[in-house]
Order: sequence, then structure tokens, then C-alpha cells
Amino acid sequence: MTEGARYKRVIVFLAAVLLAACQQRMADQPRYEPLQKSEFFGDNRSARPAVEGAVARGALQNDELFYTGKIGGKEADTFPYPVTETMFRRGQERFNIYCSPCHDRTGRGEGLVVRRGYRPPPSLHIDRLRQAPAGHFFEVMTHGVGAMPDYAEQVPPEDRWAIAAYIRALQFSQQARLSDVPENERRRLAETKR
Amino acid sequence: MAQIFHRSTNTISRVSIFGGVAVLLTLFAAVAAINNASYLTEVRVARAQPVQFSHKHHVSDDGLDCRYCHTSVEKSSFAGIPSTKICMNCHTQIWADSPILEPVRASFRTGRSLEWTRVHNLPGFVYFDHSIHVNKGVGCSTCHGRVDQMPLMWRENTLYMEWCLECHRAPERFVRPREQVFNMEWQPPENQLALGQKLVREYKIQKLTSCSICHH
Ligand code: HEC
Ligand code: HEC
Ligand code: HEC
Ligand code: HEC
Ligand code: HEC
Ligand code: HEC
Repeated sequence: MTEGARYKRVIVFLAAVLLAACQQRMADQPRYEPLQKSEFFGDNRSARPAVEGAVARGALQNDELFYTGKIGGKEADTFPYPVTETMFRRGQERFNIYCSPCHDRTGRGEGLVVRRGYRPPPSLHIDRLRQAPAGHFFEVMTHGVGAMPDYAEQVPPEDRWAIAAYIRALQFSQQARLSDVPENERRRLAETKR
Repeated sequence: MAQIFHRSTNTISRVSIFGGVAVLLTLFAAVAAINNASYLTEVRVARAQPVQFSHKHHVSDDGLDCRYCHTSVEKSSFAGIPSTKICMNCHTQIWADSPILEPVRASFRTGRSLEWTRVHNLPGFVYFDHSIHVNKGVGCSTCHGRVDQMPLMWRENTLYMEWCLECHRAPERFVRPREQVFNMEWQPPENQLALGQKLVREYKIQKLTSCSICHH
């Protein structure tokens, strides 16, 4: 074997060894899964909190009524868009998920978490809250009040409006009379009662 | 001509042939058993967590819906793990001085995240998405089991490719009405196949088995 051929062999061998070191475990790829721990940042979060004052695309809160429930700084008694049946149903579902643990499904304030020792909330059927504008419910969900935590993180604004609409329906349901029910539905009501 | 091998070697050759096959079969069986042993698959092995968080208490006893904490499960691939703020919604008042909850309070004070140990973790080359499953009528309990009875979280299924495909090949055996997806107590009815086929038509569920669905 010539001297040159031997060198070539050594080089190919070394290259092969080095390449082997480049093998990457496909199962554990060099990217972050959601909420994965990071060693790079001081707080170990790979999901970076937004820089203060930054506005994400499509998240500019330029509609006062929709994002704050207020008009000119005062709680508004109107909804940012017409209330529909789908909105009520969505509101019912969301109320039962996020609010019923404390307010219970009827809004009387005797939810399971209250029975375990949380400060009891007022019934949603007291006069003050029946007269409160819809924007008040939106405001309470957005910023909390007293012992009630805020729900801004868990419930996006559209759903907060849907819940506000549903609370109105709940309040109404506790005061409704038979004459409020459309005539063709009354028979069904009588049937379900039995 | 004299025989090269003595008669007795016949037995030896037979034993070694059948014995060899038997040994191979046992080996296969052993490998399969090990592959499905909970030691490897981690099925039903509870993981230690920084806080003894019990789904049993929060879901069964306190009646919380999965979405109260796993807020993005309906609209994103990632189900979401609740922030410390969500725990503190209740634990500012409930068990507010309990030493069990000190890590939660410390996290709230300092702003450092709690580091939960992951229980389910697919390899990086597999793509999975919660929202499509939830919206097409696959219930949490079909994949995660009776979470409402777990004092500590464990894995109910292997998450092997074989397991995903078992359903992707025949979704009608598993799907349920959408409004039952979060119901932990839902059991497939007697006529699951008929119901499943109806739902598959109604929700336009496809049989997705092409490799690129999960590996891309
Ligand atoms: C962890 C328990 C808890 C949950 C969950 C909860 N609330 Fe409350 N809520 C309270 C308490 C406690 C109060 C009484 C606050 C006070 O006056 O200190 C309250 C008060 C209220 C009030 C009355 C505010 C006023 O003007 O007096 C409204 C309206 C309300 N909650 C709506 C909601 C809605 C809507 C949700 C769901 C998004 C919700 N709550 C979820 C505990 C809760
Ligand atoms: C009170 C908040 C809360 C509620 C309600 C809740 N979870 Fe969780 N869940 C958590 C926390 C915190 C973790 C992380 C710690 C752990 O794994 O136990 C978690 C973890 C999980 C995991 C494992 C994640 C992993 O590491 O792989 C699954 C699966 C899960 N939850 C499913 C459910 C289901 C299904 C429901 C509804 C029946 C539910 N959760 C309700 C808070 C909650
Ligand atoms: C909606 C209210 C609520 C939320 C949100 C909540 N908890 Fe709880 N938690 C409770 C109640 C009520 C109890 C008491 C359970 C009981 O006595 O049945 C409890 C008990 C506990 C306990 C005591 C041990 C046990 O299971 O009984 C721990 C630990 C705990 N919670 C951790 C957490 C963590 C961590 C989070 C956030 C992921 C969280 N909780 C979110 C209501 C809540
Ligand atoms: C089709 C099966 C399937 C269904 C249905 C399902 N999950 Fe999962 N879940 C998984 C798999 C697989 C993972 C692991 C994902 C990964 O490692 O990327 C997971 C992970 C999780 C996690 C950890 C965080 C994450 O997203 O990785 C949570 C929390 C969770 N699931 C909650 C739920 C809840 C709540 C439901 C019901 C609404 C649900 N899952 C329905 C299969 C499922
Ligand atoms: C119990 C049934 C079931 C199981 C188990 C299951 N899937 Fe699915 N999967 C479905 C159904 C139903 C669909 C919706 C099909 C459609 O789009 O019509 C789906 C769709 C998907 C999609 C398509 C998502 C998209 O964006 O198009 C992916 C990816 C996927 N599943 C991955 C997985 C993986 C990975 C696993 C195993 C860890 C798994 N699935 C386990 C029932 C299941
Ligand atoms: C429904 C989702 C799904 C589909 C479709 C799918 N796979 Fe997979 N595949 C998985 C999952 C989940 C794993 C990871 C299993 C594990 O953790 O061991 C996997 C793992 C693999 C692996 C690695 C096995 C190992 O031992 O590491 C290969 C190779 C693979 N798949 C090839 C394929 C091929 C080829 C196809 C098409 C015929 C395919 N897969 C279709 C979900 C899928």
C-alpha cells in the first residue's frame, strides 16, 4: 500500500467516526415543545412572556366596548353585537365550566367550591345585580371583584360576552311567568313538569 | 461404510432443532412481554409531582370541568397546563395555609413556574393535535382513562403507534357524541358500532392512516 492510500484510509475512517457523532436523536429534537423547560433563560421558561407594551398581531384592543365592557369609561348596558341563540348556548356552556364551581349552575352562589370553604358570592338574582348593566358582568370577569378572581386568562372576550348574555337569561328565568313562554311551547313545559 | 455419527446424535439434532425454535419463540414472547410491561410503557405508573395534585379531588369531588384548567384543549394541538394563577383562583382561600400547597404559593410569590413532570410525551417525530380529536368526538377518557379517579396522574395507554392506528383504522368503534367528550363516566353503549357509524357520517370522520398524517 502506498503512503497516500494509507492517509486516505485514515481520513475516511476519521470522517466516519466524526459523522457518527452527528447522529441526532429524532425522538428528542432540538426544538421546544410547548411550555418545555429552557436552560437558556434565567426564569427557565421557553414560552417567553411578551415584552411590556408589545401588542400581538390582531390583539390591538381598540374597541372599547368589546374589550372593556364600557362606553366612555362607564359600564355599558348593551352588547357589542346582537345576541343570538348560539351565543346563549355558548354562554351556558362556559358559565357551567368557569363560574358554576362557585356560583353553581343556577347562579345562587352555592357551588361545590363554596361548600368546601370559599367565601360565598352573592346570588346573581339579587336586585342590585338584576339591575346591573351587562358591562358590569364583563368587567367583573375581566378584573375580578373583592374575593372573586379574574377570568381574563381563562375566558376570552367573546366568551365573556356570551356568559354575560347567559347571566341575563338566568336572571330572567327566575322571574319568568307562563305568559312569557310562546304559546306553542307551553304544552311542552307542562309535559316536562310532570 | 461405517457411519460417521453415532445413532444417539439423532436425538441431539432433534433436540437442538426443536429446542432452538422453542428458545427463539420464548425470546420473542419475552421481548413482546417486556415491550408491553408497565416498566417500559409506564402504563398505570403514577409519577411523582412537585405538588401532590389530585385529579380525583378536583374533578370528582369539586366537579371541575377539564377545560377550567386545560383551557386550550378545544382549539389547539396542546391541551395546556394551568398557570399558578389558575390554582390560586381557589387556593387563596382554600387550604390557604396548608404546607402541601407551599410550592404553589412560592411560585405565585416569585413568578417562577411550577415544574410538573410530564406523564405523556410523544417522541419529537410524531405530530399530535388535541383539537381535532376533541372536535370529532373522541373523549378524553378514551385516551387518558378515568382521570377523575386518579389521585396522581398516570398513563392509561401505551401511546404506541399501534395504539393510535387501532383507532384511526376504525374510528367508529370509539367515537361518541361531541357533547359527551368531557364526560368521564361515558361508557360505549351496546350499539356502539351503529352509533359510531352514524357519528362518522355526521362529523365526516376520515380514516387517517397515511404515514404523513402523524410523521411530517
Ligand atoms: C372561585 C370562586 C368563583 C368563581 C369560579 C367565580 N366567582 Fe364570581 N364571585 C365570587 C365571589 C366570592 C364573589 C363575591 C365577591 C365580593 O364581593 O367580594 C363573586 C361575585 C361575582 C359577581 C357580583 C359582583 C358584584 O358586583 O357584587 C358576579 C357578577 C360574578 N361573581 C360573576 C362571575 C362569573 C361570570 C364567573 C365565571 C366567569 C364567576 N363569577 C366565577 C366567586 C367566584
Ligand atoms: C384544577 C385544575 C385541573 C383540572 C380541573 C384538570 N386538570 Fe388535568 N392537570 C392539571 C395539572 C396541574 C396537571 C399537571 C400535573 C399532573 O400531571 O398531575 C394536569 C395533568 C393532566 C394530564 C397529564 C399531562 C401530562 O403530563 O402528560 C392529563 C392527561 C390531564 N391532566 C387530563 C385531565 C382531564 C381529562 C381532566 C378533566 C376530567 C382534567 N385533566 C382536569 C390540572 C387540572
Ligand atoms: C376551582 C377551585 C380550585 C382550583 C382552580 C384548584 N383547586 Fe386545589 N383544591 C380545591 C378544593 C375545593 C380542594 C379541597 C379538596 C377537598 O377537600 O375535597 C383542593 C385541594 C387541593 C390540594 C390538597 C390535596 C387534595 O387534593 O385534597 C392540593 C395539593 C391542590 N388542591 C392543588 C391544586 C393545584 C396545584 C391547582 C392548580 C393546578 C389547584 N389545586 C387548583 C379547589 C381548587
Ligand atoms: C386521541 C387521544 C387523546 C384524546 C382524545 C385526548 N388526549 Fe390528551 N394527550 C394525548 C396524547 C397522545 C398526549 C401527548 C402529546 C405529546 O406528547 O405531544 C396528550 C397530552 C395531554 C396533556 C399534556 C399536555 C399536552 O397537550 O401535551 C394534557 C393536559 C391532556 N392531554 C389533556 C387532555 C384532555 C383534557 C382531553 C379531553 C378534552 C384529552 N387530553 C383528550 C392523547 C389524547
Ligand atoms: C380513539 C380514537 C383515536 C386515537 C386513539 C387516536 N386518534 Fe388521531 N384521530 C382520530 C380521529 C377521529 C381523527 C379525525 C379524523 C378526521 O379528520 O376526519 C383523528 C385525526 C388525527 C390527526 C389529524 C390532525 C389534522 O390536523 O389533520 C392526527 C395527526 C392524529 N389524529 C394523530 C394521532 C396520534 C399521533 C395518535 C396516537 C398518539 C392518535 N391520533 C390517536 C381518532 C383517534
Ligand atoms: C396515527 C398516527 C400514526 C400514523 C398514521 C403512523 N405513525 Fe408511525 N408512529 C406513531 C407514533 C405515535 C409513534 C411513536 C411510538 C413510540 O413512542 O414508540 C410512531 C413511531 C414510528 C416509527 C419509529 C418506531 C420506533 O421504534 O422508534 C417509525 C419508523 C414509524 N412510526 C413509521 C411509520 C410509517 C412507515 C407509517 C405509515 C405506514 C406510520 N408510521 C404511520 C404514529 C403514527
